[in-house]
Amino acid sequence: MYIIVAGGGKVGYYLAQHLLSEGHEVLLIERNPERAAEINDVIGAVAITGDGAEAATLAAAGAPRANVVVAVTGEDEDNLVICQVAREKFRVARTIARVNNPKNEHLFRVLGVDVTVSQTNYILNLIEQAIPERAFVHLLSFHEDLAIVDAKVSEKSAVAHRAIAEIELPPNTAITAIARGANLIVPNPGTELLPGDDIIAVAHQDQEDELRRLLV
Amino acid sequence: MKAVIMGCGRVGARIAGLLDQSGNMVSVIDTDSRAFRRLPAGFGGETVIGTGIDEDVLRRAGIEDADAFIAVTNGDNRNIMASQVARLIFEVPEVVCRIYDPVREDTYRRLGLTTVCPTTTISAIVLDHVMRAASDRDAVRRGTS
Repeated sequence: MYIIVAGGGKVGYYLAQHLLSEGHEVLLIERNPERAAEINDVIGAVAITGDGAEAATLAAAGAPRANVVVAVTGEDEDNLVICQVAREKFRVARTIARVNNPKNEHLFRVLGVDVTVSQTNYILNLIEQAIPERAFVHLLSFHEDLAIVDAKVSEKSAVAHRAIAEIELPPNTAITAIARGANLIVPNPGTELLPGDDIIAVAHQDQEDELRRLLV
Repeated sequence: MKAVIMGCGRVGARIAGLLDQSGNMVSVIDTDSRAFRRLPAGFGGETVIGTGIDEDVLRRAGIEDADAFIAVTNGDNRNIMASQVARLIFEVPEVVCRIYDPVREDTYRRLGLTTVCPTTTISAIVLDHVMRAASDRDAVRRGTS
């Protein structure tokens, strides 16, 4: 695949390096000429100097034949415009933007960016998972608006000591697994939920609160 | 009318002053509080410190009931992003976005933004003056020879 990475900071640099090692064709666009030269010294001639939001730079980078454009600068407005120009002007099939301010994640999707990566949310998420005895943890977002969550059943949960068939889950949600101590249980309708169980469920992200109220 | 202006440089401050003078409600956003010194004496509008690409800052500036949003910071991308927020999230009826880069201006005009590109506008005016002056001189020369 031909992948253009805009932004040669730490994220862009390691991303380019990783994609190269995976055998992809990679071109990195970096605004600062010294930084671009530094990258070229270390990982070979992959970086060009320029502003990724400028159509001329994207054209010089061969954007019309790029499969993916990834914008990972430190500025959200730049990442947004890089993706929009790549998409609108060069018809790049897939655009991926780093979102520095988590508030912008939704906006970017509305504005046509295919995939957003919010490192702030990601780190928050990892920290959340590492805090012991959290009753409800969002494990993963995927497919635009889906989520995998982990809900811990307590003695007070409405679902404790009840079989899965008796539980009225919100529509289009599924209990996919139950972690009970060291055991992983693939549930069937008769499986009884016990206090201390970790319920692994798949749901739409806007149903997470509803699930939390039901299961925890 | 109520207008929110992002960017209090020479252009932003001038637009803000003119709109305020003619009896409109105006609020101006800038990341640097010193920029507000450019506003004319007696300016009656509001000033908000912050970046206009942040929805909360736009709300503080009263974007929710604004009739117009004008993006005139020095950053093309910032203007573009804020204008799209104003148009799509807050549904401001009139959004004007300054974009210096002619190619980007063309792209976003096609996407439906109302854009102003000083680069092409000023170049055209300057060229027009220069060419007209030259052709006038040519005409005079031809006439006298």
